[in-house]
Amino acid sequence: MVSKVLVLGSGAIKIGEAAEFDYSGSQALKALKEEGIETILINPNVATIQTSHEMADKVYLLPLDIKFVEEVIKKEKPDGILLGFGGQSALSLGVALHDSGILEKYNIKVLGTPIEGIKKALDREKFRETMIKNNLPIPPSKAAKSVEEALKVAQEIRFPVMVRVSFNLGGRGSFVAWNEEEFKGYIVRAFAQSEIGEVLVEKYLKGWKEIEFEVVRDKDGNAVAVACLENFDPMGVHTGDSIVVAPSQTLTNREYQLLRSAAIEVAEAIDLIGECNVQLALDPKSEEFYIIETNPRMSRSSALASKVTGYPLAYIAAKLALGYTLDELLNGVTGVTTALFEPSLDYVVVKMPRWDLEKFENAKRKINTEMKSIGEVMAIGRNLHEAFQKAIRMVGIGDELIGKYYESEESLEKVMERIKNYEPYMPMHIAKALKLGASVDEIHEITGIDKFYLYIIEDLVKIAEALRNPDEETIREAKKLGFSEEQIKGLSKDSIKESIPFVKQIDTLAGEVPARTNYLYMTYDAQENDIPYIEKPKVLILGAGVFRIGVSVEFDWAVVNFANAAKKRGYEVIVLNYNPETVSTDWDINDKLYFEEITLERVLDVYNFENPDGVIAFAGGQLANSLAKKLEQKGVKLLGTRGTSVDIAENRAKFSKLLEKLNIKQPPWIEAKSIGEVLAFADEVGYPLMIRPSYVLSGTAMKVAYNEKELKEYLSLATKVSQEHPVVVSKFLDAMEAEIDAVSDGKRVVGVTLEHIEKAGVHSGDATMVTPYRYLKEKHVKKMHKIALELALALGIRGPFNIQFLVNDDVYVLELNLRTSRSMPFSSKSRGVNLMELSAQAVFDGKLSLGSDYKYYEIPAKAFAVKSPQFSWSQLQNAYPFLGPEMRSTGEVASLGFEFEDALLKSWLSVKPNKMPRSNILVYGYDKDVPTLLETVKFLESLGYNVFTLEDSLSYGNALSKEKAVELMKLGKIDLVITSGYAKEKDYFIRRTAVDLNVPIVLDANLGYELSKAFAWAKKNCFEVKELSEYYGPKLQRVVSEPLEELV
Amino acid sequence: MQPSLIAKFKNPERSNWQGHLSSEAYLVLEDGTVFKGKGFGSEGIKYGEVVFTTGMVGYPESLTDPSYKGQILTMTYPLIGNYGVPSKEIKENGVPIHYESDKIQVEGFVISKLMKSNHWASKKSLDEWFKEEGISGIEGIDTRALVKKIREKGVMMGALVVGDYELDEIMEKVKKLSYDEMNFIDKVTPKEIIVHEPENSNKSIVVVDCGIKYGILRELLKRGFKVIRIPYHYDPIDVLEEFNADGILFSNGPGNPALLKELIKKAQEVIEYNIPTMGICLGSQILSLADGGEIYKLKYGHRGINKPVKDLKSGKAFVTTQNHGYAVKAQSLNEFKVWMINIDDKSVEGIYHPNKPIIATQFHPEASPGPLDSTWIFDVFSKMVKGEAHGF
Repeated sequence: MVSKVLVLGSGAIKIGEAAEFDYSGSQALKALKEEGIETILINPNVATIQTSHEMADKVYLLPLDIKFVEEVIKKEKPDGILLGFGGQSALSLGVALHDSGILEKYNIKVLGTPIEGIKKALDREKFRETMIKNNLPIPPSKAAKSVEEALKVAQEIRFPVMVRVSFNLGGRGSFVAWNEEEFKGYIVRAFAQSEIGEVLVEKYLKGWKEIEFEVVRDKDGNAVAVACLENFDPMGVHTGDSIVVAPSQTLTNREYQLLRSAAIEVAEAIDLIGECNVQLALDPKSEEFYIIETNPRMSRSSALASKVTGYPLAYIAAKLALGYTLDELLNGVTGVTTALFEPSLDYVVVKMPRWDLEKFENAKRKINTEMKSIGEVMAIGRNLHEAFQKAIRMVGIGDELIGKYYESEESLEKVMERIKNYEPYMPMHIAKALKLGASVDEIHEITGIDKFYLYIIEDLVKIAEALRNPDEETIREAKKLGFSEEQIKGLSKDSIKESIPFVKQIDTLAGEVPARTNYLYMTYDAQENDIPYIEKPKVLILGAGVFRIGVSVEFDWAVVNFANAAKKRGYEVIVLNYNPETVSTDWDINDKLYFEEITLERVLDVYNFENPDGVIAFAGGQLANSLAKKLEQKGVKLLGTRGTSVDIAENRAKFSKLLEKLNIKQPPWIEAKSIGEVLAFADEVGYPLMIRPSYVLSGTAMKVAYNEKELKEYLSLATKVSQEHPVVVSKFLDAMEAEIDAVSDGKRVVGVTLEHIEKAGVHSGDATMVTPYRYLKEKHVKKMHKIALELALALGIRGPFNIQFLVNDDVYVLELNLRTSRSMPFSSKSRGVNLMELSAQAVFDGKLSLGSDYKYYEIPAKAFAVKSPQFSWSQLQNAYPFLGPEMRSTGEVASLGFEFEDALLKSWLSVKPNKMPRSNILVYGYDKDVPTLLETVKFLESLGYNVFTLEDSLSYGNALSKEKAVELMKLGKIDLVITSGYAKEKDYFIRRTAVDLNVPIVLDANLGYELSKAFAWAKKNCFEVKELSEYYGPKLQRVVSEPLEELV
Repeated sequence: MQPSLIAKFKNPERSNWQGHLSSEAYLVLEDGTVFKGKGFGSEGIKYGEVVFTTGMVGYPESLTDPSYKGQILTMTYPLIGNYGVPSKEIKENGVPIHYESDKIQVEGFVISKLMKSNHWASKKSLDEWFKEEGISGIEGIDTRALVKKIREKGVMMGALVVGDYELDEIMEKVKKLSYDEMNFIDKVTPKEIIVHEPENSNKSIVVVDCGIKYGILRELLKRGFKVIRIPYHYDPIDVLEEFNADGILFSNGPGNPALLKELIKKAQEVIEYNIPTMGICLGSQILSLADGGEIYKLKYGHRGINKPVKDLKSGKAFVTTQNHGYAVKAQSLNEFKVWMINIDDKSVEGIYHPNKPIIATQFHPEASPGPLDSTWIFDVFSKMVKGEAHGF
């Protein structure tokens, strides 16, 4: 048995690797802790729940890079390592650690599936050989190591072919090609996305069913298939972008068992110890099937399967890795049965991805083999109709499966075009097409989607049409099939009697054995509740819902940490959330988990059934917070800041009035209803202007205009300005941006001040943040703190809040959020103080334990902390990479350091695919960014780097033509690209080539400059390798900044 | 659903939510509970012991499993009928592969939602099949609520009522019936000897057919055995000698094994005779009783395809298909030893004779429906029959 185990996390959230690894890592850490094993976690993802001392004994916020990991190993001397809980990143890193001899050198045992087994799964050619050796069918395919070889294979197998990339995630680089020309267009990029320069060319199984099994296997070879997931979409759509249904719906027992047995044989073939997922393709017209791939690690699917079944795969996998056998482990749900069983469901589940493609200029809307979705939801119902409808509500696109879009004026022709193009949210398009007269057969023919599912959508269309003239029976039936009150009202133009749905329990055994856990969902398709009402002190915490651009794991961190704080105070904690990737939807974390919609209707249902002491709406971010006022109006008791105050902060006009009253400055703005009004405003305040339309025709929703021409162009081409669609225009200030993350109890404020490295105009979520501040003047900081206190007192803030400021020669307030913010996990971990615990003090205890009344208290800084955004450009085909007022990053990382440069570099290096540049750097840019970029070029040259610029940009130094620059990138001769601003017409291909080829790219001049300074630092210094508490602990080596105590 | 509403659609029969039917239907339980739903299949009143299975696939196999004779089967999985009714013409060694007998055996079928089907192998809808075979089904009830009731109170007698009937009288009758005292084997055992012969068969097995599942036949035929199915009241040793067969198998079947005194006596003779013998489910209980063992009734049975079993000899554990309401008391066994146990409740799942080539399992190694993880037990039996292994 091992005594000290190193766990590798998955780093920043990116498309293809999301919060599911926070969930699985957290479970693994818990499983180790129970055994008394000391745990060391390396994960720079500061927003995760796992990167805390509650979960791991030692937490390193460091790049998941072989050198950094070796340093940690040297220092900590672990005797075991877990590779299967940090996604593909951790697994690939683990293989690299093994291959470089580091694991052997330090005598570290790989727990779970051996490295050889992992390689059999990950390396396409080894996988193929292994399957053939074990008589497991695989599609005609061959691995290739060069473009020429790949093309030859494709010609042999014959088109259409599917190209898969070895050792990568999110299907990046993979594609389907119907002919040679298409093939040639994509193959270079495919190779660039493989960490080992290998692709697999295989026969494209068009229209085949895609089935996944989650298999667990112990050291004695005992194995069970915990879940079977069936894709709604046939082969050709990445699993991450597929709508997934569980359990399987269209398989006969024979088909199910054939595939199940094959999946278990795959697990055996790779010597699995732990958990793996196996993807299979089944002919929709026979029992012929193929093994597609296996992932010998926790995955998106395994997180989903855990939530689908109630079987904690990661926890069990960790125990199996330690040497337990399945029959020795208990099923935590029943407490009496063991882990050796296959869960039986008496409900159905639909997983629906969430896409945010409209946020990205030029991004393709077609759903295909490359994952593009940002988040996912899981809907539970007693029937599929219900689950599909819930799922569409949950993805939070402001519509229903049968809703606004269904009722909109769009021709059948146009809808069929969307169906042919395979656009996001297919069930909505299918419903609309069926309403407009398309047939199930026709849609099946085009999409290959099993008619079983199409019939379900057809049912919904029929009932929707019947609802236009309903009787009671139809309404009852509609509710059973998942129609919301809103939907029924909308279709029937009639208000309906409200009733509470029934509460059902998920128990892993379909009711056969009582469950001792409260993993719950609600349905109208039932006749009784599974749980009784029990009166006791309770709080209902609303979760963050679906992850999308702007809402990610940081809000789950807030929910879980607040829930823990509430639990400590003796409350029964009820969490309402529906995101299967998260820790907050782990039934093991909360007293009660309602896996349900966060809509007004459902929150009230839960509230009315549970009758809690109050509802927490501020922890889950924008979605939950936006319900605050409506809930309050319905008589719900909100804990924390009042709903009316939330409304003031969210309502631009009301908030302006408040600021005026308090004599706090904000950039001038108007809500204009005509272009004339906008122009008049421009005359008054001058350019540049920030424009936020309420209706967007194309492209991005926010824009900075530097002159009248740009303004007019944007207003006429990209938006519509009218009475119904007003546009908000504000003066855009050339300023620094700063924020305060704080908590108030209504009398005092405790906070953390953050400074952005990028100038104003870059969304806060895309900015590189540093704390303590470096450039802000003390008088401005004092003013910020004063404003924070004034606002807290004026609005009676009780709980967490965040203020964004612009600072030039004065301080301006940009916005106030009366909820947790994206940066709060970072603020908390940068100072070693948990802002959610403080929030619980404010809400439950009535008084903060820090600071003093009518004062602002800054939590003292002990080191520099830098947070960097992670983008997923390469995954978003064709999207133009740039920073602007709209957020586009998908995740974040952070590092701490006693020196700023150390923290900045470690943080930046934690972002993929960033690496320290060896020699060649391309720096270019236009307009206002030129001076900073020029300075950067000169500085980098002084460090000995070989710096290129572009012919049309800086008019300095070694200028390349754009063609030459692209060519050098393709040859792997450019190590880093630094640019700034928005110049799509000039440099689309440069930026796109860089991200497609995984060349690190810096998109802001200020950041480029700071990084070049940090490169200089790195030439003379070594990176600090320290665990979090070494920064917080009493034996601090030195204090980098005097705490700004009680400045007000 | 009101007729007026159905008329609003061009194609009402094509729908999941208002299709099939339909008359009102009731499930009446002996404790006085009545569940109201919608009927499908045939109208009428059917009595039986109300049981549930937790398998999520394999409803055609379960419906045709003769062990369910005398029982009203509830599916805990809510959506049923998804892949229709597979063709009986898809066969292996002459035995249909999706069927466990040639007709529906359950007395009634209780589900939450009947789905409109789509599958290449399907020949008809569940509703059509039920109508053809005169079987009743009820949908639209909270099957989880029913399962919880059975879990708490134990299995109960009940009636499935489709159509307009007087429920009070039905309830009276339900209360008088007792599954444990009824003989169902007569309804499922063959009338005369049936022989199945695969190509290139070498050895033969005599099957004491108490309502054998086709799955067991398929496993035996697949291993090259000629199978001689005999009515359960025949003398297996006579047939064994007559056919010069090499082994005997006591099959699964419905009902209370303690009622089968004659069969238990024959099993004693078989044990005495010392020939490779296998028992499955009821067959395992018969062999235990023949050994002087005792059986008891489980509160609500083991019915599902996810049941964990541990082989005490090898230490291996695996998931099995089970369908039994009675179990063997481990301490009551005499010559037989416990081979396998249920990991959850530690009940006896397999027995063996330490000195003779006799093995038996309480679960169904043929699965069907269910995971194929224990078909190796037929290999063990096969080796014994072929003389490659002596005893166990």
